Amino acid sequence: MQLTDEERAMADGAQGAAVAAAMDLLVRYGEALGADRLVETNNVCGANVFGSRHVRLLGRGGADLHDTAFARWSLDSDEDLDIPPVAAYSCQLIGPMDIEHPELQHKDADELQAVLDSEAYSARHGIHLLSTCTPYQVGNVPVRGEHCAWMESSAVVYINSVLGARTNTEGRESTGAAMLTRRIPLYGLHLDEHRLATHLVEVGVEVETVRDWGLLGYFLGEAIAEGIPVIDGIATTPDLVRLKHFGAAAASSGDVELYHVPGVTAEARTVEEALAGRSPAATIRYGAAERRVAYERLNAKGDDRHVDLVMIGCPHATIDQIRQVCTLLDGRKVHTESNLWVFTPRAIREVAERNGYADTLRAAGAHLLSDTCPAIGQFVPPGCRVIATDSAKQAHYLPAIMGLQGWFGTTAECVDAAVNGTWEATAP
Amino acid sequence: MSDHGHLVLHGRPIVGGVAEGEALVTRERISGWGGIDPRTGTVIETRHSLAGVSFAGRVLVFPGAKGSSGWSGMFHMARVNGVAPAAMVFTTMGTKIALGALVTRVPSVTDLDGDPFAAIETGDWVRVDGDAGTVEVRKAAHRLDGAATA
Repeated sequence: MQLTDEERAMADGAQGAAVAAAMDLLVRYGEALGADRLVETNNVCGANVFGSRHVRLLGRGGADLHDTAFARWSLDSDEDLDIPPVAAYSCQLIGPMDIEHPELQHKDADELQAVLDSEAYSARHGIHLLSTCTPYQVGNVPVRGEHCAWMESSAVVYINSVLGARTNTEGRESTGAAMLTRRIPLYGLHLDEHRLATHLVEVGVEVETVRDWGLLGYFLGEAIAEGIPVIDGIATTPDLVRLKHFGAAAASSGDVELYHVPGVTAEARTVEEALAGRSPAATIRYGAAERRVAYERLNAKGDDRHVDLVMIGCPHATIDQIRQVCTLLDGRKVHTESNLWVFTPRAIREVAERNGYADTLRAAGAHLLSDTCPAIGQFVPPGCRVIATDSAKQAHYLPAIMGLQGWFGTTAECVDAAVNGTWEATAP
Repeated sequence: MSDHGHLVLHGRPIVGGVAEGEALVTRERISGWGGIDPRTGTVIETRHSLAGVSFAGRVLVFPGAKGSSGWSGMFHMARVNGVAPAAMVFTTMGTKIALGALVTRVPSVTDLDGDPFAAIETGDWVRVDGDAGTVEVRKAAHRLDGAATA
C-alpha cells in the first residue's frame, strides 16, 4: 500500500506504540482487500464496551486491564499498549448491557461493575457513549460524501443509502484502529464506481407499512446477497422507521450495504441514474408470492403460540415508535405470563420519560431499555421459549442465538401478543 | 484432476502460515455474529447447511462472510477460545472476511485459479500455505489408498 508521510510516521511509531499497532493492522487489512491506500475519516462508530466474558479471556498481564482489552479485542495486538485518547470523532455502538436494568439481564454486581468500568474507560478516551445501533437518531448524522468507518450493518446501510455517507461494514478491530489513526482502507463503498446499482428490483405489490418494508428487505437480502439494489415501483415515501427496518432486514438475510430508492435516497433520482447506463446483473421481481416467501421464512421458527417475550426496537425504536406502543396498549396490561420489552437509544429514553411514555409503559408492566438488545446482550426472561417481534432482523437472529422459537408480525400484533400472551397474526 | 487424487490450487495469500486438516466445505456464506457459537466453533444459523456443525480445527472452504459487522469479533473470539478453523479458503473478498481472516490468524487464501467447490469436498485432506498462496488437496477416497501404500 502507498502511505502518506504522516501515515508512514504513524506506522513507524512517531505517535506511540498503540497508533503504530493500529496502522499495522490497517495496512495488513488494506493489503488483504487489495486497496492501494488509506482514506482519512473523522467519523468512526465501533464497539469497545466489554463485559466480563471478554475480560475473563485476557488472562493476567502487567498492563492496565482495559488497555489490554482495547489492545487485544479492538486492535488485535498482543503487545502491552498504552492507549491514547482517540484521534477521530468516535462513538460507541450498541453494547452488552443496560446499566439501569441489570436485573432484567440476570447480571450480578460484578458484571455491572465490569461494564461500568469499561464504559468509563471509553469515556476517558473520548469515545462518545451513544450506545445504540442507531447513532443517526441521536446526533451522529453524517453528511453526503462523508468518509466514515462504522460497524453495525443496519447503521452502515442506513447512512450509505439514506444519507449518502460512505462506509464499508467495518469490524471491531478496524474501527478501533481507525479511532486512533483517523484512517481506513480506501476500498469498496468509499469509491464512486462501487456505489452504482447492480440489481434492479421491480416491486409489483404495495410496500407501505413497517412490516411491508421489513419483508421486502428480508427477501432482497437473500435474493441478491451482496449487490446494490435499485428499487423501482415504490409509490409512497418511506420514513426513517421504514428504511431502518428495511435496511436492517436486508443486511441480516444478506449483505446489502447500500441501496437506492429513486427520489428518496441520497444518490439516485431515477433508476437510470442509479445504474449509470449499465445493465443490471439481474432483475428481481417482488410480488405477493415473494412477500409470502419472506413472511414464511421469518416465521419458520414459530410453533407454540404462547408468547413469552415481545421485543420492539430493533434497530432501536424512535420516539414515535415508543408512542405507538403506548397507543396500541390503550390502557391494557402486559399478560402475567408474557413480557414486553422496548429498546431505544439512551437519549430517546430520556425524552420518553419527559413525555410520559415511560410511565405509560411501566404502568402496563412493560420495560423500556437502552444500550443493548436481547440478541447483543444475549438475555431473555427466565424460562422464555417463544419470542415475537416486529423486526425481521431480530426475528432472524434472536431465535438462532438463544435457541428459541420466533414470530414476526406487525407492531400491533406484537403488542396484542404481549397483552394476550398468545400469537394471533394475519399473513400479508 | 491431477494424479492419485492429489491436486494443487494457486491463489492470493491473505494470511500467512501453513496449516492442514480435514476440509469442511459449504457453498453458503457464513454469518459471524449470530451465525456461529464462538465457544464451540459451531454454525448456529437456523437454515444454514452447516447448522450444528463445528469448523474447529478444520479447513473451512466457503464463499465468504455475510451478515453482521460482528463477523471479525466472533471469529476473533473463536480463536481465543481455541475453536477457530485450521485455515480458510474463500472466494468472495469483502471487509468482513478480510478483517475476519486477519484476526482469526489462520492461513488464508483467496482468488484461486480453480473452483475450490469443484475441487474440494468435505472430508478431503487440505494443506493451506498462506505464504505461497497454495491449497493442496488430497481426496478422501484416495487418501485411504495412499495410507495403505505409505
